[in-house]
Amino acid sequence: MNELPLNVGLLLSGLLFLTGLLGVLIRRNILFMLMSVEIMFNAAALAFVMAGAHHGQPDGQVMLIFILAMAAAEVAVGLALILQMFRQKRTVDSDNLNQLRD
Amino acid sequence: MSIIFYLASLIAFVSTAMVVTRKNAVHALLYLIVSLLAVSVIFFISGAPFVAALEVIVYAGAIMVLFLFGIMMLNLGKDSADAEAKLLSPRAWILPAILCMVLLAELSYVFFLHDSSTGGTVRLIDAKEVSDSLFGRYVLAVELTGILLMAGIVGAYHIGKEKRKEYHRYLQVNEEEHE
Repeated sequence: MNELPLNVGLLLSGLLFLTGLLGVLIRRNILFMLMSVEIMFNAAALAFVMAGAHHGQPDGQVMLIFILAMAAAEVAVGLALILQMFRQKRTVDSDNLNQLRD
Repeated sequence: MSIIFYLASLIAFVSTAMVVTRKNAVHALLYLIVSLLAVSVIFFISGAPFVAALEVIVYAGAIMVLFLFGIMMLNLGKDSADAEAKLLSPRAWILPAILCMVLLAELSYVFFLHDSSTGGTVRLIDAKEVSDSLFGRYVLAVELTGILLMAGIVGAYHIGKEKRKEYHRYLQVNEEEHE
């Protein structure tokens, strides 16, 4: 049908993953950190699907379905944790969670 | 076809960069949805239509709505956006950005040094083939995923439940003794 370069697809996947990593590193708002984790999941799924398409196997897409289910469970638990944190601290700043320090 | 691929890649990258740098959570979420849709386009043109549909329905549809409900329940106002503007100073993000750029340089060096693009044609892998594999070789993983989702539901309910402040009278007496 057409030609798709594998290394460009994998490069895009790495680019998205690093953007997500950067988001986790530079943001202090815990909501944005959770969103950046989602970006990294999505980048990993993109790498799976690109590699699966390159080899003509359905395994990459199967992995994406598993990643999707895991991301759903992760977001549910993560949002519940953020909600509980907001109830106790009235903030979404992750720097305020330092009870273990003292 | 190649033009569509590069265009979708560009949109995906730009909107993802916007997600990381926005101050307002809802704006960031909308950019994240755009990014997911662009990735879905890439899936579609690389011969995976079933997964492209799943990406739109489950990821951009269900999970992002869950995020939106979370943001709505937190009810963050303008103060939060101002506080974000203060936290996101160049001093805070310049070093992590440089480190990530180094990682990216290494990654692109590896990809373009080993030229792995054989230029193979894209074969369409439809839903039938995916589900044959999913419920054939990976059936154990499907059941484990079911267990994981069950644990996620129970955990989210248990953690997110509003706990009533309810002191037992004996415990209260003990606390007073300690103080």
